[in-house]
Amino acid sequence: MTLETSRHTLPVAPLGAASPSADHRAGLVVSGLTKSLGGRTIVDSFDLRLRPGELVTLLGPSGCGKTTTLRMIAGFLAPDSGTVTIDGRDVTNLGPEKRPSAMVFQNYALWPHLTVFKNVAFPLTVKRLPKAEVTTRVMNALETVGLTHHAQSRPAHISGGEQQRAALARAIVQEPGLLLLDEPLSNLDAQLRVRVREEIREIQQRLAITTVMVTHDQEEALAISDRVAVMNGGRVEQVDAPSAVYATPATSFVASFIGSMNVLTSAELDRVRHGRAEAAGPSETGGPFAAGEPLEAGEPLEAGEPFNAEGETWAVRPEHVVFRPAPGGPIEVRRILPHGHFTEVVLDAGGLELRAVVTGEAPREGDRGDVTLTRVQHYRDGLLTASGEAR
Amino acid sequence: MRASLFGRRATSLVLFALVAVFILGPLLWLAAHAFATSWTYPSLLPEGLTFHWWSVVFSDPQLAASVKNSLYFSPLTVLVSAIVCLPAAYAFSRFEFPGRRVFLIGLFATNAFPKMGLFVSMASLFYGLHLMNTIAGIVIVQFIGTVVFMTWIPAAAFSSVPRALEEASRDAGAGAFQTFLRVTLPLALPGILVALLMSFLASFDEAQGTYLVGAPVFMTMPTEMYSLVLNYPKQVAAVFAILLSIPSVALLLVARKYILGGRLAEGFQIR
Repeated sequence: MTLETSRHTLPVAPLGAASPSADHRAGLVVSGLTKSLGGRTIVDSFDLRLRPGELVTLLGPSGCGKTTTLRMIAGFLAPDSGTVTIDGRDVTNLGPEKRPSAMVFQNYALWPHLTVFKNVAFPLTVKRLPKAEVTTRVMNALETVGLTHHAQSRPAHISGGEQQRAALARAIVQEPGLLLLDEPLSNLDAQLRVRVREEIREIQQRLAITTVMVTHDQEEALAISDRVAVMNGGRVEQVDAPSAVYATPATSFVASFIGSMNVLTSAELDRVRHGRAEAAGPSETGGPFAAGEPLEAGEPLEAGEPFNAEGETWAVRPEHVVFRPAPGGPIEVRRILPHGHFTEVVLDAGGLELRAVVTGEAPREGDRGDVTLTRVQHYRDGLLTASGEAR
Repeated sequence: MRASLFGRRATSLVLFALVAVFILGPLLWLAAHAFATSWTYPSLLPEGLTFHWWSVVFSDPQLAASVKNSLYFSPLTVLVSAIVCLPAAYAFSRFEFPGRRVFLIGLFATNAFPKMGLFVSMASLFYGLHLMNTIAGIVIVQFIGTVVFMTWIPAAAFSSVPRALEEASRDAGAGAFQTFLRVTLPLALPGILVALLMSFLASFDEAQGTYLVGAPVFMTMPTEMYSLVLNYPKQVAAVFAILLSIPSVALLLVARKYILGGRLAEGFQIR
């Protein structure tokens, strides 16, 4: 039995710190964006850099500054400091009408007095393009989103999902250098949301539009993004591929915000370990924190540091909590929550609640047993210091 | 159950009859007078029917001139009012500036005082400014009565246009002015139509101020009513009153199309 620890390099080198003009391959470079409203800092030196054709999601709880950031990128809000560069062009001081970005608004913001066709044609007629070209491009855009049959309908007479598509068509018809999506799916019902988000992703990839999406729905973010920027309190906590954000959250905030996570203090982790130790005796199999075994001090932790330090947090995904039934074990199954293709099990480890995921045969409520933690992240002062994995 | 239903029906019938009597009664009385040779106390019905009074009105050059004056001043006042008040309404709705609320409430001030007192003091001012008996003077005095309609109703209409719709237009490449013309104005149009209608009627019916400033050089239909009531037979006044109501009724009939279509009703909504 071994404990593999990997020291995580944190957080990824300052994004977008390089001079924007130096790299023409960047679709969007946002650097040092800061905004205070009413004496409160909403966005605090926000950095982000997108490759052309990349979809990055700004994900965070409400009030984390993600919408404010998007509005600054779109040009609706002037930043206190920082720059926005789209396709190598500094647009920081330009109004929204002069930026090569196109936005899909949360409530779609379709003009109710115009037909779908005229809504989509608007950005082109504003530019006084020839009528034939307008018609061709509008019909192409409507075809892309599958809405040609509603070209002459009013926005009020089509469904929410169709309005969403019309709004998307109005954005892509501009052939924008940057597509901005402000919670584009929040007004759709759950089933439609999954379908539409896949369509958006498909269209975005096909047209290779650099895209920034804002959402508070992590499932949505993880499902369709190339990278996810997790925001909290106006700052970016982590920018990474969805799998990396999920597997190795860079901060304890990301750990608790993304997905389901057991967050334990050192003392609580100790209790889970020793509970098992007392009941099951010396372990034969087991994971990194198996019975009676000291947590390889000096590997995930710095040498000589006490295990039960203050400000230490441990995070364990439910799928890394392996429950093994054993009569008279220290851990009791308190609740069974079937999810269909897997079962979530709420465990009681001496008063401490622990969530586990079981894919095979589920235990029953009241069963006793012990647990092995197969993968654990360790955070000191909110920052990831190590993750341990059992082999 | 059945009795109470009957009771309720009876009550609503009685109420309906009362409304009919109080609203339609005077109008019928007016119409009867316009066509009556004479109709005096003891007789229950007019003594005879005639079109004589109508020909009196139409052949009187003074009365014809007042009709022309009315049809000249009211549209002019509405136009001036729209040019002055609509930008103000937009500012009230979209911008936060010092004294915004005071200004907005202040517009009601002209309606809070007795009109006659206001007009008398205006008249003394107008003498000094040589505005008495001038077209400008009459337009100004009629304009006063339209300000509240032309600011409050369009301001509410502009406010009801969601900002996101304007932002979407800016995002699509339209400047501020184009956004106003192509998005804000069309969406606020029902409210603006209501304001235009109300202003027209207010201006068309305005008598006190117009009389004070315009008489005897410029007589409009309502001011002419004063002398009609005093100097002509009752029947002539009745004919003239019917003529005076034609523009209002015509406008309401046109507006009815919109009301039924929901456009105007939308305009009355203050969100």
